[in-house]
Amino acid sequence: MDYTPTEIMITSSARALAGERVVFVGVGLPNIACNLARRTVAPDLELVYESGVFGARPARLPLSIGDPALVSGATSVCSMADLFMNYLQGGRIEVAFLGGAQIDRYGNLNTTVIGDYQHPKVRLPGSGGACEIAIHARRIFIIMRLTKRAFVERVDFITSPGHLAGGPDARAAHGIPGHGPQIVVTDKAILRFDRQTGEMVLASVHPGVSVADVQAEVGWPLVVADDLSVTEAPTAAELRLIREELDAAGAYL
Amino acid sequence: MKLLTMREAVSRYVHDGDLVAIEGFTALICSAAAHEILRQGRRDLALCRMTPDVVYDQMVAAGCARKLIFSYLGNPGVGPLHCIRRAVEKGDPQPLEVEEYSHFGMVARYTAGAAKLPFFPLRSYIGADQPRVNPAIRFVASPYGEGSVAVVPPLNPDVAILHAQRADASGNTQLWGLLGVQKEVAFAAQRVIVVVEEIVDEAVIRSDPNRTVIPGLVVHAVVHQPYGAHPSYAQGYYDRDNQFYLEWDRISRDPAETRAWLDEWVYGVADWPAYLAKLAAREPAIWGRLAPGEALSRPVNYGVYG
Repeated sequence: MDYTPTEIMITSSARALAGERVVFVGVGLPNIACNLARRTVAPDLELVYESGVFGARPARLPLSIGDPALVSGATSVCSMADLFMNYLQGGRIEVAFLGGAQIDRYGNLNTTVIGDYQHPKVRLPGSGGACEIAIHARRIFIIMRLTKRAFVERVDFITSPGHLAGGPDARAAHGIPGHGPQIVVTDKAILRFDRQTGEMVLASVHPGVSVADVQAEVGWPLVVADDLSVTEAPTAAELRLIREELDAAGAYL
Repeated sequence: MKLLTMREAVSRYVHDGDLVAIEGFTALICSAAAHEILRQGRRDLALCRMTPDVVYDQMVAAGCARKLIFSYLGNPGVGPLHCIRRAVEKGDPQPLEVEEYSHFGMVARYTAGAAKLPFFPLRSYIGADQPRVNPAIRFVASPYGEGSVAVVPPLNPDVAILHAQRADASGNTQLWGLLGVQKEVAFAAQRVIVVVEEIVDEAVIRSDPNRTVIPGLVVHAVVHQPYGAHPSYAQGYYDRDNQFYLEWDRISRDPAETRAWLDEWVYGVADWPAYLAKLAAREPAIWGRLAPGEALSRPVNYGVYG
């Protein structure tokens, strides 16, 4: 069965949500992945959006995290003060998806600037809720395309803290409640984080991709897992759900 | 009497040099007021908003802003804000000072502003670079001995402009759908203009008091302007015009095209009704395309006591 690199990103992310109950959703690929997970491996999944929606049941694919389709039929719609204080800071979010323009080996993310902050080469969107999401969600899942421009030795700005400078319990030592990045799903491979070093480890390569292909797009010498595997390809059922229901217009694929 | 035309409300309550908040998280963003501010030639404004989107992009392109306080810069679901990027990266058409927080930081600032607190604590920014570039973000020790916590200062706009579904003539305002920070901003601002899809009788407001998010107590002016949030939306009244956000991405890439768009759609029309007429002339079916259908909530019983 043919599939695109984007589709295997979506199915890999959805499968990582198996059995989860409360996920903080971003727009774009995480949005499709979370909706796919709810229809496959995580039927009880509650979708939370930073716009103040808990338990969304969108009838169409939302084009932004503020889409009115997220409101109609939701369990609860609250103010953003409620959402950030009680749901997020209160520790109610199990998993959250993040991405960025740059990521380093410890999962620190940059969505603020490329170059110097005062004289940026590229002014990016900034944090939004990402900084506190990275701090409070119990686990962070990252979706990003694998490119050498994005997977860098050193990010230009830490917008959202990952495992900081690495080492065991780096986050806990700073009083950060969440456990930080757990997985990075890319279009070529899946990476996970070593518990002792906090460093990204190549866990599986997508079918047809070599370790060298992955290393070529990463700006530091990549650690490869002893039990490196090949990512399971999307199934026909998953692809049907994505293509016919979740993104029938092909907005993201 | 608080019922004013948009022209009157902007003329009376928005001044040169003001700190202005036109809030709304994707929903209920009052473009009608923003365009009137541009037509009246306000200068030297500081603009604050969690999510500056196309309407602040237009205001920055028009050159009315000297500063932007925000937490996320983007054309939601589409890409970057080209005009604001030009201003920040190249000082075009003029330099733009930026003061940046996270969403929670902005929520906390408005909350402190509304409650007249000297600061608001939040657990954020730990291990992040924002405090390094924004000295207003600080850490203080908990007086109860649980380590330190980030704090941000209050944010009190000179004027807040908030769109909503309905209000009575006294400014008692009900809104639903995404609530954003509309309530906090209303209480934090020195002056408040609410712009609504419908003016309703006081009895309608009193029939559902839990839905009154902004009381007339803090409102200075009420403007009746249907479709005043286009291309943003009002839940249950009209959908977001996602086509426009894509169109703006194309227009705003080019400074000359941006200028031409402002000349045609902002300076070239007398007021918002004229803008709406122009929209409808271009696309007669626009409000049919954006009609959301009907999903009514079940009424609740508040009871009769005494």
